[in-house]
Amino acid sequence: MTVPLSMPNAGGGSAGYASKLLLPHWADIVKIIPEAEGVTTYHLRLTDPEVQARYRFQPGQFNMLYVPGYGEAAISMSSDLESNPGLVVHTIRHVGNVTKAISRMKVGDVVGLRGPFGTAWPLEQIRGKDVVIACGGIGLPPLRGALYHILRQRADYGKVTLLYGARTPKDLMYPDEYETWKQADIDVQVTVDRGDETWNGRIGVVPMWFYHFRVDPRKTAVLTCGPEIMMRFVIYEALARRIPTSQIFVSLERNMKCGQGACGHCQQGPFFICKDGPVFPFSAIESIFNVEEY
Amino acid sequence: MLDSTLNTGSTVALPKLELDALLADLRQNGFQTVGPRLQDESIVYREIEGLKDLPRGILSEQAPGSYRIIRTGKERYFDFIPAGQSWKQFLFPPRHTLFSATKDGTWQLKENDEPAPRYALVGVRACELAAIAVQDKVFMRPDFSDPIYRLRREGLFIIAVNCLDPDSTCFCTSMGTGPRLRSGFDLCLTELDDAFLVEIGSELGRSFLASRTYSLPSAFMQDAAARALTRAVESITRTLDTDGLPELLLNNLEAERWNDVGKRCLSCANCTQVCPTCFCWDATDAVDISGKNTRRERLWDSCFNPNYSYVFGGNTRPNIRSRYRQWLTHKLGTWVEQFGTSGCVGCGRCITWCPAKIDLTEEAAAIRREVAK
Repeated sequence: MTVPLSMPNAGGGSAGYASKLLLPHWADIVKIIPEAEGVTTYHLRLTDPEVQARYRFQPGQFNMLYVPGYGEAAISMSSDLESNPGLVVHTIRHVGNVTKAISRMKVGDVVGLRGPFGTAWPLEQIRGKDVVIACGGIGLPPLRGALYHILRQRADYGKVTLLYGARTPKDLMYPDEYETWKQADIDVQVTVDRGDETWNGRIGVVPMWFYHFRVDPRKTAVLTCGPEIMMRFVIYEALARRIPTSQIFVSLERNMKCGQGACGHCQQGPFFICKDGPVFPFSAIESIFNVEEY
Repeated sequence: MLDSTLNTGSTVALPKLELDALLADLRQNGFQTVGPRLQDESIVYREIEGLKDLPRGILSEQAPGSYRIIRTGKERYFDFIPAGQSWKQFLFPPRHTLFSATKDGTWQLKENDEPAPRYALVGVRACELAAIAVQDKVFMRPDFSDPIYRLRREGLFIIAVNCLDPDSTCFCTSMGTGPRLRSGFDLCLTELDDAFLVEIGSELGRSFLASRTYSLPSAFMQDAAARALTRAVESITRTLDTDGLPELLLNNLEAERWNDVGKRCLSCANCTQVCPTCFCWDATDAVDISGKNTRRERLWDSCFNPNYSYVFGGNTRPNIRSRYRQWLTHKLGTWVEQFGTSGCVGCGRCITWCPAKIDLTEEAAAIRREVAK
């Protein structure tokens, strides 16, 4: 196969993918890490070393993963190139046909992979700023690569706060990493909807944690990913603190079949979420974000 | 003959029987000739060989939710107005195998490398040619070009036909697309009782016409054609007020009319299947029982399909109201921002083929009235 992998660019387009519609590359599963109930991290390596060598992406982007006989699913990368050189890391919640088929796979099995697609978190643009990362449930994996970038370039960013919520303590992802993040001067605030006998942390929803610290609206950027209802209230709290709409970045999820703005499924207003997003500054989507069922 | 005077832009009179020879010539040169024929009391687009296959002396009577064939017995081949099918099916096949995968130890992929058929489309109306131009913008973007569409589009030969007897569902005059053809064809016919007036639109068109027997059109013929074309324009009564239409729709996403139409719409997806510009597609795997052989296929999809907007946790447009709103605001609104053109060409198919008789021109007008109140 000689499919050119598209390179990420500022607009998040997918130039160079002019032929071979939906034809994937194969990728080997080299490591499987159980994360939480029904959630697993996979380390993939593109089978063709040449393809792997020129595969580049930025945190926030996604791939289409293909299981023959089942189809494709859009999954964000949950690490970055520097943290896992030569690997493509995905954290997957097994909820649909494709992701459940992946859950039955072993190390050495292969999946099809197309990508990367979409826009990335604006890590260059927000350099020098305080950063609030607000995420819920499976919304943390698409932001972990951004977090890794900030950890590596810690001096380039101001105060960094991670607000992370999950349904129960068992649903929390990457719990072993929180200590490392804290040691790198990241304010890690974890909350759950319902505790259990082991939990002595906080109970509550992510947006409420805005009440527990001060933000300087002149130099704060918010990155948010999670259930849309959570993001609505994160945005509400951020706006209440006068953070400009251009400094709030939202990752949207819609049904996707192609990743290239061609199949039509992911449209919301004028946008194809797969190529114009998934990461948008809130200023771009303000007029459509709160329209019910749009 | 008159070859020395034959240029792009010139018009000649062609005896009707000569169309047979023209189509035969096209087939000999590798074109598959497709055009209208009568099948199951409807006009469909299928492979044709010549005049004998065309729907001679057929008119259709179309109205919201209604389509009837009328036999006039006249020696005319293009009096009808196109039915549910559009040319979309030839450029954007309803079902197309992209590749197959076979597991023999490891998975092997095999691309579908069938060469694209070369079509000569016979009888393309102005609205339909406008629809092809709209889909050109959708499928051949600067940043993404659909290989299946592009290959078929690049090989296309277009014999267009001027509409002389538009139907009650037509509103091409509102959309600025017809009924008269201006450009974008290889040859364009205007049908008179005893001949076709043929306008040459391209060098390729000229070269095929040059080997036919034709004559200079008489003043009488030209006058008859001009009068028929004027009558056609005047006979179109349905209108869609396009003034500020995208803004009107997009600024009124919570209009009461969406609830009203949501109660009438059946979400059957007919409108999107007959629409010559709707482009949404799905991809599925057709797998055999062993699980070791699968075909990845692309097929037409529709924003009215409940699965269309499925994400984990549910459908982002669970109510029909929201699906209709998506379709209409996209077609007449956001399409402009996405592709620099309206997604509607005024062909009226979605009106005729809606089982609930929903008429988009009326829905848009109702929202305009509601907002004006």
